[in-house]
Amino acid sequence: MYDMYREVILDHAQHPRYPGVLNPADVDHEEHNPLCGDRLRLTLRLDENQRVMDLAWEGEGCAISQASASMLGEEIMGKTLDEIRHITKDDIFELVGVPLTINRVKCALLSLKTLIIGTSSLTEWQTIEDKDDE
Amino acid sequence: MTQVNEIALPYDVEKVRADFPILHQQHHTGVPIIYLDNAASSQKPLKVIEAMDDYYRRYNANVHRGIHKLSEEATSAYEKARIKIKRFINAPSRREIIFTRGTTESINLVAQTWGRANLKTGDVVVSTVMEHHSNIVPWQILAAEKGFTIRYVPLLEDGTLDLDYLAQVLRDEPVKFVTVTHVSNVLGTINPIEVIVQQAHAAGALVLADGAQSVPHMPVDVQALGVDFFAFSGHKMVGPTGIGVLYGKRELLEAMPPWMGGGDMISQVRLEGSTWNDLPYKFEAGTPAIAEAIGLGYAVDYLTELGMDKIHAHEQAMTAYALERLSEVPGLTVYGPDAAQKGAVAAFKFGDIHAHDVAQMLDAEGIAVRAGHHCAMPLHDHLGANATARASFYLYNTPSEVDALIEALYKAKQAFSRQ
Repeated sequence: MYDMYREVILDHAQHPRYPGVLNPADVDHEEHNPLCGDRLRLTLRLDENQRVMDLAWEGEGCAISQASASMLGEEIMGKTLDEIRHITKDDIFELVGVPLTINRVKCALLSLKTLIIGTSSLTEWQTIEDKDDE
Repeated sequence: MTQVNEIALPYDVEKVRADFPILHQQHHTGVPIIYLDNAASSQKPLKVIEAMDDYYRRYNANVHRGIHKLSEEATSAYEKARIKIKRFINAPSRREIIFTRGTTESINLVAQTWGRANLKTGDVVVSTVMEHHSNIVPWQILAAEKGFTIRYVPLLEDGTLDLDYLAQVLRDEPVKFVTVTHVSNVLGTINPIEVIVQQAHAAGALVLADGAQSVPHMPVDVQALGVDFFAFSGHKMVGPTGIGVLYGKRELLEAMPPWMGGGDMISQVRLEGSTWNDLPYKFEAGTPAIAEAIGLGYAVDYLTELGMDKIHAHEQAMTAYALERLSEVPGLTVYGPDAAQKGAVAAFKFGDIHAHDVAQMLDAEGIAVRAGHHCAMPLHDHLGANATARASFYLYNTPSEVDALIEALYKAKQAFSRQ
């Protein structure tokens, strides 16, 4: 009944990794999920090779959106922007690891949306979001 | 007067007719219904009716918002319909498929967003004399406010557009936008949209094509046409009323301001101001016509299964046959080009008998046609006719229905010449 709320999800949601806001930051971007009011702000610091040195998430929302941000943060630490661009929707679903219904997919993907728009562009994000949809 | 016809049709029409419950009831006069008013609205196959019924019975809920099971299912079905339509007209992305109430709303959306943001005094918008009112009036309303000029491409003798005039206006005047019907709802003229798009784009103007009379009847590929905007309605393509589509090129839609404000179209709302949702939701304020969108998806399935090529071939054969038979009737004049360049519509004048009287007498024989100006008053001014009667055909019409029309016309003529 509570497939969606596995222990690991609740753990990440209640004890998010990399909380806060970095100041100064090389990337500072916020996105919202208009359907349910989830909000995420991502700040990133990059080294000279465009590699993620430090990051922080700040925001509020459902357990799925906040846990996926926390898990994605662990995933991208030390990665280059180029590597980040290759993260797919499926990678997030795998990371989250619980079955998601269609309206919750938006919650799970808010973290990736924030990351991709913040480090690349809206078009780049929409390409990722629309993959396999059509 | 009955004629044994041997015209070859690409599919078994009787099998298709079996899918449409409405065609199997008796008309009020006790004769079978012969429905020849398809340019106004088409009939619906059982599949479409059942799909909408299924939504209301089994998973009725609002879309995009709910976390619960019913909303999930409704959202999934609604979005699946969008993807079906995207494929049907070969749009590059589902984000370019905006659900509206119909062609009229789609055109108004473009006028009120792109038009309002981009048109000003001194600019020129080009429309044509053969347009439906829905592709004239929205531009007139905006022109009164913005002060731009509208030029109307006149018609040649054969009912086709005067493309030389268009070329001249594009060359000599600051044309920003060309808005033209793909197929005339009265003359049936199939306009060369690709050519018009090439010329307009070369002159730096955008093009909207009104596909209300083309999408139901022939294969349409918006990328091949090259149009910037394309509008059509569900109810003319065996789908429900109250649902239609605006296709627009993504970069244009992205840059356009929203039209109606409300729920679902926003990203963030603060008392100081708001930001907009991604495409296509930016243009879909409020709870959409969910059952209708789902129904339209099933209509697209139905048309695709039958095959748009076959439907077009069927209608061409029907139109050729109808024009041939109508030409035999003394005193009857059909407007528009010949069958080869024409959609499945025959608007005609029948001697001195007014179109309304023609329609009334055909109705007594169970035959539904439309009479009047068909929302194309400027075209009727051009034709010098205050009204025409119009028979329009679709995928379920048969040659014997054309025969019945001809027979009923002779009967009407006889009744009128008695005095």
